[in-house]
Amino acid sequence: MSAPVSTFVNLRWGFVACGAIWTALQVYLIHSFGFNWYVAFTDSIISSVALAGACWLIDNTLRFYQPSKSSYLNLLIWCALLAGICLAISRFALPPLIHDGEYFVFVIKSLIIRYFTNFLAIGWMAMISLVWYAQQDNKENEKRKAEAEKLAKEAELYNLRQQLQPHFLFNSLNSINALIGFKPEEARKMIHQLSDFLRGTLKKDDQQQVTLNEELAHLQLYLDIEKVRFGHRLQTEISCDEQCRTAVMPPLLLQPVVENAIKFGLYDTTGDVVVSLRGEVDEGYLVIIVQNPYDPQTAKPRQGTGFGLSGMQRRLYLIYTRNDLVETYVNDNIFTTIIKIPQP
Amino acid sequence: MKQVLIIDDEPLARMVVLEYLQDYKDSINVIQECGDGFEGMKAIMQSQPDLIFLDVQMPKINGFEMLELLEQPPAVIFTTAFDEFAIKAFEAHAIDYLLKPFSKERFHKAVDKYLAQSGTPVQQQKQTESLLEEVATQSPVQHDRIVVKTGTKVKIIPVHDVIYLEADDDYVSVHTTEGSFLKNKTMSFFEKVLDVRQFVRVHRSYIVAIDQITRIDPYEKDSHIAILKSGAKIPVSKSGYVKLKQVLGI
Repeated sequence: MSAPVSTFVNLRWGFVACGAIWTALQVYLIHSFGFNWYVAFTDSIISSVALAGACWLIDNTLRFYQPSKSSYLNLLIWCALLAGICLAISRFALPPLIHDGEYFVFVIKSLIIRYFTNFLAIGWMAMISLVWYAQQDNKENEKRKAEAEKLAKEAELYNLRQQLQPHFLFNSLNSINALIGFKPEEARKMIHQLSDFLRGTLKKDDQQQVTLNEELAHLQLYLDIEKVRFGHRLQTEISCDEQCRTAVMPPLLLQPVVENAIKFGLYDTTGDVVVSLRGEVDEGYLVIIVQNPYDPQTAKPRQGTGFGLSGMQRRLYLIYTRNDLVETYVNDNIFTTIIKIPQP
Repeated sequence: MKQVLIIDDEPLARMVVLEYLQDYKDSINVIQECGDGFEGMKAIMQSQPDLIFLDVQMPKINGFEMLELLEQPPAVIFTTAFDEFAIKAFEAHAIDYLLKPFSKERFHKAVDKYLAQSGTPVQQQKQTESLLEEVATQSPVQHDRIVVKTGTKVKIIPVHDVIYLEADDDYVSVHTTEGSFLKNKTMSFFEKVLDVRQFVRVHRSYIVAIDQITRIDPYEKDSHIAILKSGAKIPVSKSGYVKLKQVLGI
């Protein structure tokens, strides 16, 4: 919202310069009515400082608060009020400083014209501030929009790359290669699982939501393949009640999370690994809790916010514009990921 | 008869190697299969194999980190599914590797090549060492931790727990909050591997974590002494002092 510092400083000096010119003009004007320089200066400086104060006040207010179109009348009233206050300052502060009967009459007579010049000056300031800050806001919005678009594009690229999942793919093919030798039936089964899984990743449209049931079916394909790869070391527990099976969510959200959990579990511990996934519906949210064992001694520091997790967080942000939908906890060598998905 | 170990965390991946090795029954004997780097390291120390088939991505410590712990690593044929970075390193150091899934023909080629040139283990060790150095300096993961061996146990030290490193004959002594550990590497290796913003080689025999330094006092002509949070006093050479000043911006 705030303008860059350099323009801000320039503006401030511009404001001071305008004030100085205004004061000088007033000095000249009052002097031309036949008052001496002392009177002209005192009057001009006091009323100009009051006016500058009012202008600064209105500008500052508008910087932090952009009135809606319906409250423009309020703004006008404020301008009128501030002009009145400035006038009162001139009216009551000047005569005690300048003991001159002729000058007093001049002040009283010029009240009306002083009021309207004050009002015009303050109103003009309000208008300029209004336009300036609205424009600043616009610029800021444009920037934010461009950034969001860039993020969306990046996420799309990341998704494309993720879909290929070269490590997973080649290791699975290697497992099939092994099975063909001595368990051809299982090799065939795994080829089917792998094809179904890949087909599933390719046809999903990012915009369309799927039910948890569909997502879990896709996840199961992935888990079956991983279980062939890692054998008995990998065990999974999936539980969710009937009502949350129909809850909806963006497609292909869970696979990277579970992949992350498996990686953490399998790569940081050497024993058997249980990855558990629990789903529940709670106050308009589908809550999915994924847990995996984890060894804080060996877990690589940077994996803490794993690539899979940050990708998912960004996707959720792009879809729901919220950053608070993913939480992670570490406790007693168990790593927990909690994902909340708002339900329509 | 060559003695061989297979180290891979996926049972089926080990099986492929085992199956393909059937064709070498007369010249190769598989001693053992290992499911992770810890097991692999122990088995290598126990049975001193001639050749190992080694997966790169494994639980706890990866294949490279396992090799780093060995005094005299055996000949290695790497197996990996997809690791752009490792593949670049293999190629740069002319080290044989198999990309999963690999064909029998490709496998034969690798093993035949090994059998043909297996008379020069020293040269192979040199190749492996230079590979490990490149991996350590390039790989993002290995910047974060140092893997050391104490007896038969493996310890993983996060880099931010390191206070300073000290040359100790052919080893480097890694001083941490939990004590000191020896690593069979050179000072110049660590100088290359560690983040220059965090560590400075202040002396021929010392590398210090910058955030551990509390004071630098003059000491004799041309040299200084750095006093660390732990109370340790580290000699700082003339050139070391210049580097320190540069990093600290004084």
